[in-house]
Amino acid sequence: MAGAFWCLVEDDRQGNPKKVMAEVLGEAGRLAAQTGGQAEAVWLTDKASEAGLTQLAEWGAKRIVLAEDAAFAPYRGEVWTPVLAELVQKESPQAVFGAVTTRQREVMARLAARLGAGISADSVALAVEDGKLVATRPVYAGKLLSKVTWAKSPWLATLRPNVFRPADPQAGATPTVDKAVATLPGAAMSLVERREESATGLPELAEAEIVVSGGRGLKGPENFVILESLAKVIGAAVGASRAAVDAGWRPHRFQIGQTGRTISPKLYLGFGISGAIQHLAGMRTSKVICAINKDPEAPIFKIADYGIVGDLFEVAPLLEKEFKKLLEK
Amino acid sequence: MKILVLVKQVPDTATQVKISSDPKAIDTAGITWIVSPYDEFAVEEALRIKEKRGQGEVVAVSLGPARVKEALRSCLAMGADRAVHLLDPAWDSADTIMTARALAAVIKQEQPALALFGRQAIDDDMGAVGAAVAELLGWPCASWIMEESVDEAGKAIRVGRQVEGGLEVFDLPLPAVVSAQKGLNEPRYPTLKGIMGAKKKEIKDVKAADLGQGAEGPALSIMKLEALPPRPPGRIIPGEAAEAARELVRSLREDAKAI
Repeated sequence: MAGAFWCLVEDDRQGNPKKVMAEVLGEAGRLAAQTGGQAEAVWLTDKASEAGLTQLAEWGAKRIVLAEDAAFAPYRGEVWTPVLAELVQKESPQAVFGAVTTRQREVMARLAARLGAGISADSVALAVEDGKLVATRPVYAGKLLSKVTWAKSPWLATLRPNVFRPADPQAGATPTVDKAVATLPGAAMSLVERREESATGLPELAEAEIVVSGGRGLKGPENFVILESLAKVIGAAVGASRAAVDAGWRPHRFQIGQTGRTISPKLYLGFGISGAIQHLAGMRTSKVICAINKDPEAPIFKIADYGIVGDLFEVAPLLEKEFKKLLEK
Repeated sequence: MKILVLVKQVPDTATQVKISSDPKAIDTAGITWIVSPYDEFAVEEALRIKEKRGQGEVVAVSLGPARVKEALRSCLAMGADRAVHLLDPAWDSADTIMTARALAAVIKQEQPALALFGRQAIDDDMGAVGAAVAELLGWPCASWIMEESVDEAGKAIRVGRQVEGGLEVFDLPLPAVVSAQKGLNEPRYPTLKGIMGAKKKEIKDVKAADLGQGAEGPALSIMKLEALPPRPPGRIIPGEAAEAARELVRSLREDAKAI
């Protein structure tokens, strides 16, 4: 409806919204309360689940606009964008929010171009000031923050995971679902295959609440098992420094820093990472930073909340043991 | 086959970026400027496509102030055939949409089979211009590609795009827009011959009026830049490894409530 804060649903491709949607809907609800609107979910999917719809309502979606069609999977910008644009033009929402994921970053950029609207990608704070939305977003991979505002609505933004607070869950909320009516465009691009990564059982780097990361101090690719083993205990993703990636020890998608992922987990544990400026930029917005390094002069200690000067090969297994003890309690 | 590579000039990654006396801009004194790393992957891939096909043209395009010539010169030294410089004060406050409109207009004039971008420029980290250009042109688009191959007839491109949990392989009819992710290739260093040859290659200046642009202002504007709030002072945990590990885990649970 007019004045609503729309939240484009990111799902697990199995009909369930991802956890980051609790954060996006939570922020949308808080902002909407200030402008007299409400948080609504917009879900383009090949198949939504009943549980997923209920979940969105519990997370604060006052209404769900559901567009269900096989053409929406896998994601293709040329199919999603015209449908989203038509819905926006029909209902005039105040804002359209997405999560920072590969497909949502792309579709929000395309939507901005189609609507001639402003887009703030990878926002880490949002506020309504004098009736206008103001977003704060890291630039130069997090070396500075930029405050931006929009010339007109709809305000388009993607929100970084782990930064925004979910609303208190509304247990037992009943979803209000409206089927979207929009023209489905033809598609030029076609899927050949999807190659799954070997399932590690560990969360995605960009979305993980805890990140364990390794650098040159790991000494070789074979030693990342030490970090993976620790990560399994605490439910963390495993990242790497550029030095480790450029040495071919880890695939590029695990790189944290200016030419990799910029992350803001609740807890970051760096092992054998000295802290080059490009790496620090990519993780310094983490809530709690721990560094384990042999060199007491390593720059990472300057931004760490907790540091252990020591041999990671000795400390990492000990930490794993201690975490295991704690979590078994 | 003609390929356009759209590049941006950015401060070197080792730069300590500082805010200038104008709170909306950075202090550019002493900065070493480079071609944004993801854009270098795009240039490299364009050159490889041309070399593999044994014919074609690679055109580097960039929008920005006079210093951007240097970035275009680097692309020419790598092997691009010519360059187009979008140089006009009308673009000083260009946001994603203004930039995308300008680049889309150049692409319409040049009519390449493929427009290659980097996945994002590492200064404003917006990562939106490539997809926005695709939308303005009505072309198919694949972002964050890790591999590609153009079919023999030059009519289609097969790309692997990185998504959460895997790689999605798509066929796109040409013309199309794609953006390069790290891992696509290892960019070459310009040879001395390349650097010398680049001096003779053409860099054409284009103004906003030449593209019928400049009437519309930005849809998003910067209010100000801010330094990051300083992090609270940290604590080095002393003691033997076993003792330190125990204390760290206790602190994370009881003090920081991080686990």
